[in-house]
Amino acid sequence: MTTPRTTTVTPTPTPPNASPKTLSTARTTATTTRVLRQLTHDPRTIALLLLIPCVMLLLLRYVFDGNPRTFDSIGASLLGIFPLITMFLVTSIATLRERTSGTLERLLAMPLGKGDLIAGYALAFGTLAIIQSALATGLAVWFLGLDVTGSPWLLLLVALLDALLGTALGLFVSAFAASEFQAVQFMPAVIFPQLLLCGLFTPRDTMHPVLETISDVLPMSYAVDGMNEVLHHTDMTATFVRDVLIVAGCALLVLALGAATLRRRTA
Amino acid sequence: MMNNAPGPSRPGANTNPDPDPTAVHAENLTVARGPRTVLRALGFTVPRGQITGLLGPSGCGKSTLMRSIVGTQAKVTGTLDVLGRPAGHPTLRTRIGYVTQAPSVYDDLTVRQNLDYFAAILDPGRSAADRRHDNVTRATADVDLTTHADVLAGNLSGGQRSRVSLAVALLGTPELLVLDEPTVGLDPVLRRDLWNLFHDIAASRGATLLVSSHVMDEAERCHRLLLMREGELLADDTPDALRTATGAETVEEAFLHLVDEAKAASRPKETTR
Repeated sequence: MTTPRTTTVTPTPTPPNASPKTLSTARTTATTTRVLRQLTHDPRTIALLLLIPCVMLLLLRYVFDGNPRTFDSIGASLLGIFPLITMFLVTSIATLRERTSGTLERLLAMPLGKGDLIAGYALAFGTLAIIQSALATGLAVWFLGLDVTGSPWLLLLVALLDALLGTALGLFVSAFAASEFQAVQFMPAVIFPQLLLCGLFTPRDTMHPVLETISDVLPMSYAVDGMNEVLHHTDMTATFVRDVLIVAGCALLVLALGAATLRRRTA
Repeated sequence: MMNNAPGPSRPGANTNPDPDPTAVHAENLTVARGPRTVLRALGFTVPRGQITGLLGPSGCGKSTLMRSIVGTQAKVTGTLDVLGRPAGHPTLRTRIGYVTQAPSVYDDLTVRQNLDYFAAILDPGRSAADRRHDNVTRATADVDLTTHADVLAGNLSGGQRSRVSLAVALLGTPELLVLDEPTVGLDPVLRRDLWNLFHDIAASRGATLLVSSHVMDEAERCHRLLLMREGELLADDTPDALRTATGAETVEEAFLHLVDEAKAASRPKETTR
């Protein structure tokens, strides 16, 4: 036996030119295709994802049959909340499965950048979110009489950003879940407080100041604010732009945090 | 059945005149998992172009050693060089094929879709599409799943799923194949065919294989053996030399002999505690 050396192989020093690019379009696209292919083998999930928001809006429309103004406000908020919740659930379970099945370890032992994997997931679920939001928005605006002053396209934009935020949050919390049971419990833990404080039930400025402050730092508040801006104004207001930027910024921040939870080396 | 004929020349196979005859070199390799030391100061060398068997009872640290070599194990200290680079180096990711003990494939994709995806990660881009298609077809044939190419992985039997996992590692042309119990749960015919395939890969592509097993009769099929017990290396030799040195008829007997020796050597220490 030679004399003990104290060289540590972790963390491996990485020469800058040898490291694979963090983002490769081809690998990202391949990942998106793969995730969508997985979904095509699961038509029931697709049907549930696309139909439930529509059914809920239909239900809501007739719950507030005598009060169309309330339907306008809650309906528009829900158009932003649905994609966030569904993408959160789908992503957290999908990523958890990736972690527990060993495919994540295998992928990270291959020349796949973490950014490729995350962008691949975000694109796949983003595509799904576009279809989901288009169906729900179309139904609400054209068939259920949701009265939007601004452009329905802006509603769609906010919905898409909400979906991205949901994907980001799902990816992030899946790192802290050891099982599907824990993963679904993160839904009430992460989503419900935001739901209660986002202004859906009562305007945020009428809440207790402490709660209002908390709601000020929760991203869903801005998602709902943005929807309401579109509801009441014909063109893009400064508040709308601010809301959109905050939701997008939060999504990117949480995606980066999620990327940090993907470790090539695990114990 | 298995495609054992030396096929058409594959890019990168056996053409790299690397003068370094060692594939893996470890010195004072130690791995801790939580409070436990799983590997204790291992030192060994795996030669290139050969099949090295990694044998020992379950829980002795075989998988941890393999994960260290592949670069997915955290808390590795000591020296561990793989194909001339420190283990886990980014450039090694295309040069190593790794098969985990539990099959790591997507159950909700077909065999072909699984392989298509992993092939696209290894060899991305539109211009490589034909090469990828050939690689996927060859890897599917290598593990004898051509007739099941369009079946969902989740609907396959356990042995078939582990062969899909193996096929992923055979995509591309890895210089080092790290296979964690690849033949567990397979019938004798398939096991024999897979071992023939391993020998073919070593001979025709010049690849190095590190294969773990706790079935001792598979040890006879390896060029060299690493025998492990409780995180330590008991022996590092050829099967013949092991049998000669211990005066045993089979590798299994040789291993048991070495285990008894190690136990006897460690007993005085234990009683003094």
